Amino acid sequence: MKINKEILLKVAKNARLDLNDEEVKELLPQIEEVLEHFSNLDKIDTNKVKPSFQPIEIKNVFRKDKSGMCLTQDEILKNVKNKKDGFFKGPKTI
Amino acid sequence: MEVNKYINDVKDGKVSVIKTVKDILKEANKINKDYNYFNNISEELALELADNVNLDGKLAGLPISIKDCICVRDVESTAGSKILNGYKPLFNATVIDKLIKEGAVIIGKTSQDEFGFGSFNVNVGLDKKIPKNPLDKERVTGGSSGGSAGFTRLTKHPHVSISESTGGSIACPASFCGVAGLTPTYGLVSRYGLIDYANSLDKIGVMGKNVSDTKLVLDVIPGHDEKDSTSLKEKVKEDSKVKKVGIIEESLNVEDKIKDKIYEYLDSNNINYVKIKLPLTNKFSLDSYYIIAMAEASTNLAKLSGMRYGVEEDVEGKNFNEYFTKIRSENFGKEAKRRIILGTFTRMAGYRDAYYLKAMKVRRLIIEEYKKAFQKVDLLVSPTMPITAPKLTDVNKLKPIENYMMDILTAGPNLAGLPHLNVNVGYLHKMPIGLMFIADYLNENKLYNFENVI
Repeated sequence: MKINKEILLKVAKNARLDLNDEEVKELLPQIEEVLEHFSNLDKIDTNKVKPSFQPIEIKNVFRKDKSGMCLTQDEILKNVKNKKDGFFKGPKTI
Repeated sequence: MEVNKYINDVKDGKVSVIKTVKDILKEANKINKDYNYFNNISEELALELADNVNLDGKLAGLPISIKDCICVRDVESTAGSKILNGYKPLFNATVIDKLIKEGAVIIGKTSQDEFGFGSFNVNVGLDKKIPKNPLDKERVTGGSSGGSAGFTRLTKHPHVSISESTGGSIACPASFCGVAGLTPTYGLVSRYGLIDYANSLDKIGVMGKNVSDTKLVLDVIPGHDEKDSTSLKEKVKEDSKVKKVGIIEESLNVEDKIKDKIYEYLDSNNINYVKIKLPLTNKFSLDSYYIIAMAEASTNLAKLSGMRYGVEEDVEGKNFNEYFTKIRSENFGKEAKRRIILGTFTRMAGYRDAYYLKAMKVRRLIIEEYKKAFQKVDLLVSPTMPITAPKLTDVNKLKPIENYMMDILTAGPNLAGLPHLNVNVGYLHKMPIGLMFIADYLNENKLYNFENVI
């Protein structure tokens, strides 16, 4: 699998990672080599096989629609530096 | 002292839990200076628990270390990553509650590869230290549960360690450090409170100086948990009869001396075996495993962005994309970035079918191959690792793909979610050699009966 700097930076941007030139230089051949190895799976026919989302088949679990105990607002904010008026405070979104 | 004997002595009032806990804390601090097995030694919690031990519990007074990725209330839990520095969970993982209920004493959080991303425990978080092999400080512990394995080996006190495996993170360090390591069936032990690496692969398990120590904990930690939608309702099967053992033929492509030791061990324990071929597992499990693991990891790590917990910076006047990107770029280590990028790539439109979906289809075929094998034998056996613990300087020379190849023997059972147990079977140039027994789903009891083949 050929991968160029443009694709690498696009993927990194999607993953919210900023790569410097040195990282790009190091990562490009490594990622190419790993993807090349992954293409080993092309050798096996899986046309009629269903994907296994878990190793053991499991069914959806639904909880009863009943209210229960949960952490308090104060507890939730215990680990947070950026907070205001009982809420998480984040960076500007617009 | 053997764990079983210690617990009985605690119950009989012959030994003091508080003294034992104080002694092991002192020892842990001392060992940590040289070997880096703990990210955090939780003295305050340990002494509080020692003071209030449930003496009727199955683990009365037993000191237990916990891999850093498993949440312990009010104890910094970072999964070995700088990005989670300062995070003190508000709750216990289900497994921690179960252990404490049975009288266990939590002594600290063990070092690991960042989020479990490694086979040698050299990919530690940016401000964390690499643990050293207990038998040779120039060598690695194996990963990712390296701290758990190293301390389990070195401590002179009764102790077990709760660790976690995604693709071999219990078996590998257990093999390199010469301890017993059990990875249970996927879903047997609740993952609630585990800082996840890959949800369809992560399994919480246990390490001990010997096999019986791990069995003791396996009697405590399983059970359905409504907080983990993938936890099983089924219990471990009672049947422990082992009539036939199959040695995985492709796994014998290892150094002759490792192979010899393994045959020697099987022969000296009168374990009769047949050879079993697992061609699909041998050829495809590694790629299938890494694609699924990285894809799931890249989504799991998306939540770590410098908000709500862990590392934060001043958000005033910052744009959200720039803020998240800055925090992530500065606080994830090299391997974490590599896996996030590979995982994001294999899930992207245009590539998803070729990589991620394909890998999950291949996993189904590998599971079927194992199922067929278990129609012929009760246990499968192979070397745990193709090598013994390498030197850190040699590991540093490896390319990422060469690192990943080291999981060639452990990727299969982990991908399929099968229970497996590492047993130390001897030494090569003074470094431990591990043998891995693999059983069918929920047949952990057979793993513990490998020496009694009918």
